[in-house]
Amino acid sequence: MVKSSATDTAPGSSNETTHPTPSAPEHRGPDTMTLGESLRRNGVSRRGFLKFCAATASMMALPPSMALAIAEALEQARRPSVIWLSFQECTGCTEALTRSFSPTVENLILDTISLDYHHTLQAAAGDAAEHAREQAMHANAGSYLVVVDGSLPGPKANPGYSTIAGISNYDMLMDTVKGAAAVVAVGTCATFGGLPKADPNPSGAVAVQDLIKGKPVINVSGCPPMPMVITGVLAQYLTFGKLPELDEYNRPLAFFGQSIHDRCYRRPFYDKGLFAESFDDEGAKKGWCLYRLGCKGPMTYNACATMKWNGGTSWPVESGAPCLGCSEPNFWDAGGFYEALSVPPGKSGDTLLAAGVAGAAVGAGVGLMARGKAKSAAKSHQTVTVDELEQQL
Amino acid sequence: MTSMDFLMLTKGPLFQAALAIFAIGLVVRIVEILVLGRAHNYAEPRGNAVVGGLRTLYKRFHTDAGTFKAAPFDVVVGTIWHIGFIIALLLFIPHVELIESTLGIAWPALPNPVVDAITAITLLGLMAALVHRLMHPVKRFLSTPEDYLIWAVTFLVALTGYLAYHRVINPYPLGLGLHILAAEIFLVVLPFTKLTHIFTAFIARYYNGAIFGRKGVQS
Amino acid sequence: MTSLGEIPVRVEGETQVDFGNARPILGEVRHALARLLDSGEPTQIDLGAMPFGPGDEQRLLDWLGRGEVNASIEALGPTRIQETALRGVWLVEYLNADEQRIALHLEIDEVPRLLRAPREDLRDGLAELDARLADADGNDPTGPAAD
Repeated sequence: MVKSSATDTAPGSSNETTHPTPSAPEHRGPDTMTLGESLRRNGVSRRGFLKFCAATASMMALPPSMALAIAEALEQARRPSVIWLSFQECTGCTEALTRSFSPTVENLILDTISLDYHHTLQAAAGDAAEHAREQAMHANAGSYLVVVDGSLPGPKANPGYSTIAGISNYDMLMDTVKGAAAVVAVGTCATFGGLPKADPNPSGAVAVQDLIKGKPVINVSGCPPMPMVITGVLAQYLTFGKLPELDEYNRPLAFFGQSIHDRCYRRPFYDKGLFAESFDDEGAKKGWCLYRLGCKGPMTYNACATMKWNGGTSWPVESGAPCLGCSEPNFWDAGGFYEALSVPPGKSGDTLLAAGVAGAAVGAGVGLMARGKAKSAAKSHQTVTVDELEQQL
Repeated sequence: MTSMDFLMLTKGPLFQAALAIFAIGLVVRIVEILVLGRAHNYAEPRGNAVVGGLRTLYKRFHTDAGTFKAAPFDVVVGTIWHIGFIIALLLFIPHVELIESTLGIAWPALPNPVVDAITAITLLGLMAALVHRLMHPVKRFLSTPEDYLIWAVTFLVALTGYLAYHRVINPYPLGLGLHILAAEIFLVVLPFTKLTHIFTAFIARYYNGAIFGRKGVQS
Repeated sequence: MTSLGEIPVRVEGETQVDFGNARPILGEVRHALARLLDSGEPTQIDLGAMPFGPGDEQRLLDWLGRGEVNASIEALGPTRIQETALRGVWLVEYLNADEQRIALHLEIDEVPRLLRAPREDLRDGLAELDARLADADGNDPTGPAAD
């Protein structure tokens, strides 16, 4: 019923001889097969599987030496059921995921998960679609993953701002999450509220982690998030059956552990003090640091600098655009995109001027008062002669 | 509160508030000094007051031999860290960007490694100055809590900036936020303590020189 | 769909700048080679995880040069293995069925891991051969018993 984006690019194009595992029970359906079995059934040899694991290690930002451990774990991994909820979003996250060049390891991972509900990708609509969601929730109670993209109107906001099949986003999230093993919030809207939550936040948007209590929430932020990171997190869950190590924003440290600045190939120019000062000056052409053009790389934690976009083709800084800090909370309201990181939002010049004028007025008043005091003191000054003083003694 | 919330708080409302307190406090004090003026001198001028004032304004940058002989440590270390602090404040690229966004004026900056080295020297100078103050019996006797306060706020600005530049405090938004907060404390404390000397030292020098200039004597 | 590589790109202005991010990898390779000699421990370096700027990867590969051996594996798309001019330092490029790169590793080992036959495959091969021999013993058209 659900059309996975990757169904037409399933592995198996290889003409390798199949090596059926002797222990593989033949009666197992696709839902109960381990990943190893499912790949081998699709004609993937052990060498192919090892290669897949090497690429998966790269994707999970693990050292290549982990490939064997991944191979052992993946042999035993089961297909998890995934319910994907899209709320106040622009579909950029889904686009990023499905437009990643194919066929790739990402698609192999997508093939091995059972994407049971995704209202943008699924063929079913209306009641049938909602039925699929309920069925998946029922059949996999306690073990399915919920992926959310988009923020949603909070419990106190008008639910009418965003509904699906007449169900408010809030109700759908809370209902779906009840039986979930974990929630993966994908994209900056779901993780931090993103654009809908930007000032003045007309729809009362909140992030997923603001609402979910008592369930693990993994945040994959970014606008859009890196497809390799989305699949990397799913692969990690699939491989090791547990949630990855997270940072203070519940983002997996494997991908969000280092700042763009620390992994940027233009970093040597920052360290040497060589900066582009406009988008077409000599420095920009020579690929110098973009700090002065507003690069938020120093405060932004994401994997773009090494994983890059479009199959490793490039990433914003490589194409000469400063990092916007899209994977950080409230990046829309964190000052101008093309203002240096040290520049505060707001009009500091006006503050300074107004405060200066007020200060000058007060200062003049205080000064004049003191002068008046001095003058009146001088006026009421009484002179005495030495004789008068001596008489008083 | 997350580290990014903290950074946004220090960069946003706290910065505007600190800027306002700094500007009001400082301008009140300076305008008060200027409006108060000086007592009228009825004696016939024997020289030009303005020229004398400006000359002294500049000449006080030179240490006279007597002062140097009496306190060489204070002169050398004091000069080094004052110059270092001013360079780091005015010639570091992120600071130039901040000043341009606030005042609308900009000037060329120094390469980061140069500012980095100068900041390290400044920190060492400040530490040496504190140690000297604590070890020297006369200086320790003369020191008030205010002296230690302004040493601390000055040192913290430089230290947090150095740590933020080297990304020692993780996550970075926390490190940068701490530096901005330290700078805001410096700004708020400035108009109400001896730190006003940053501005009033020049008024005092001018008045001093003007008095002598009018009398036609050297200062 | 045309691949990204087919879009013509013309670079204007400066000739290639050296971003200086390639050379440190050579140091890592040096340590790995020393470790392989001392303890026999192999190393893999994921070049995809390096902060390379434009041209950095090519610069590294130029430095490493080409050695005597190259091999290709057809499994889940091709994998190309090229020995570099440094013996024991292998460039392993994993490609998908559309020949797009999915990972690029440097492997420092006597033989790259992917070239070695997996032990389970040896076992399967032995079983397969035994089965064929058993089959042949019963009905062998080429054996001497056929005379």
